[in-house]
Amino acid sequence: MSQFLRDYLTVVWFGAIALVLGGLLLGVAALLRPNKPTAQKLIAYESGVDPVGDGWSQSQVRYYIFALLFVIFDIEAVFIFPWATQVERYGAFGLVVMLIFLILLLDGLAYAWKKGVLRWV
Amino acid sequence: MIAVDLPYWAQSLLRVLGGTVAVLLPAGTIVYLFLFKMMSFMQSRLGPMEAGPYGSMQLFAEVGKWLQKEDIQPENADKRVFKIAPLVVLVSTFLLVAVVPFGPDAYFTDFEAGIFYALAVSSVSVLGILIAGWSSANKYSLLGGLRAAGQLIAYELPMVLAVIGVVIQAGTMNLNQIVAAQNAGSMFGWDGLGNPYVLTQFVGFVVFMIAIQAELTQAPFDMPIAESELVSGYMTEYSGFRFLIFFIAEFATVGVFTLIASVLFLGGWGVPFAWFGWESLGDVDNWMNVVGPLVMITKMLALSGIVMWVRFSYPRLREDQLQRFAWKVLIPVSVVNIMVTAILKVAF
Repeated sequence: MSQFLRDYLTVVWFGAIALVLGGLLLGVAALLRPNKPTAQKLIAYESGVDPVGDGWSQSQVRYYIFALLFVIFDIEAVFIFPWATQVERYGAFGLVVMLIFLILLLDGLAYAWKKGVLRWV
Repeated sequence: MIAVDLPYWAQSLLRVLGGTVAVLLPAGTIVYLFLFKMMSFMQSRLGPMEAGPYGSMQLFAEVGKWLQKEDIQPENADKRVFKIAPLVVLVSTFLLVAVVPFGPDAYFTDFEAGIFYALAVSSVSVLGILIAGWSSANKYSLLGGLRAAGQLIAYELPMVLAVIGVVIQAGTMNLNQIVAAQNAGSMFGWDGLGNPYVLTQFVGFVVFMIAIQAELTQAPFDMPIAESELVSGYMTEYSGFRFLIFFIAEFATVGVFTLIASVLFLGGWGVPFAWFGWESLGDVDNWMNVVGPLVMITKMLALSGIVMWVRFSYPRLREDQLQRFAWKVLIPVSVVNIMVTAILKVAF
């Protein structure tokens, strides 16, 4: 197996040890802890007031817009990273191209700003 | 360079044990040193004093106490998802620590795109927080989960963009080589300190520290937990050991994020190579594998001390202030920082 794949296998082991550790501690807790559920205990906790309605609701549409903006910027970052490792090799040409790209990116942000999308309330 | 040649299973075992220590040790240290003691002293009280000398055994007492707490799962909760959520957050912490180098050969993984991997898995914890908020069937939890998602999304971007400045300067995404680039570097021809990016990437460092403060949901960015309005946010319905797993994961992530920050900006495990006449990563002596982790932990404690100091000092931001700060200040500043860094790198 190549070193590259072995590194990812190590990541798998790390995920597994987290699950094992969490499961082990929860298992020990399951042996030690009392278990006396009552109807009152199982109601959703809202500072002592009985809950009205249920805990599910639709979310505000602004979360959707912010999520879209996030996806745009995050994908731009994926394009910037490969160039960032090779700045010196691409030299002035790469620099000018990337500056145009970044200015377009900021322009998009300025447009969203002007449209009032970035206002939370 | 390691003298003994271990079979693969033994290496993996060592790595996994080392990773567990690298997650739990910083978490315990941060909780005791900062959350128990520093916070108490800043508030003119002593903090825990009974368990062990100066309350140093308090952590074990706490774990013992939480082990015996009843595990209450609300009737309306989506039980299976509700149980998984804390484990997802814990797994994300372990995946994150896998990338941190502690010495020239003392690393768990040696990814070429290490910092890219770290940024990718750091957003897994958002999933855990979101499913915890959603599966609890509690209005406070849902609000806390949504706030956490909105906040972590907004502050992920400045964090990623601040890292790009470091990558431009170092010319690599491999964390070990970023460490080497800083310690082998020189500032204006003087190499007595190497070139720690906290000096030459200061804007990036400040943006990164603010962004991790928000990613870790520490005050003043603790809107998702906001105990005065949301009880305990997405953790409201969790009790007993499941709550403690969230708590451990939170402080372990503080440790891991500050470890990554010290790799990126403070020179990581290294000391300036000029001190011992090393030229590059290959020249570093073997004893650095032992001293390196100690150097890392010192730097980690300094940075997490700053994170906690800010946490105890500032009042909470409002949700709209928080979003405005990320989108209208941090993101433009970090994009401009990338441009300036790139121009200077090509010009000189």
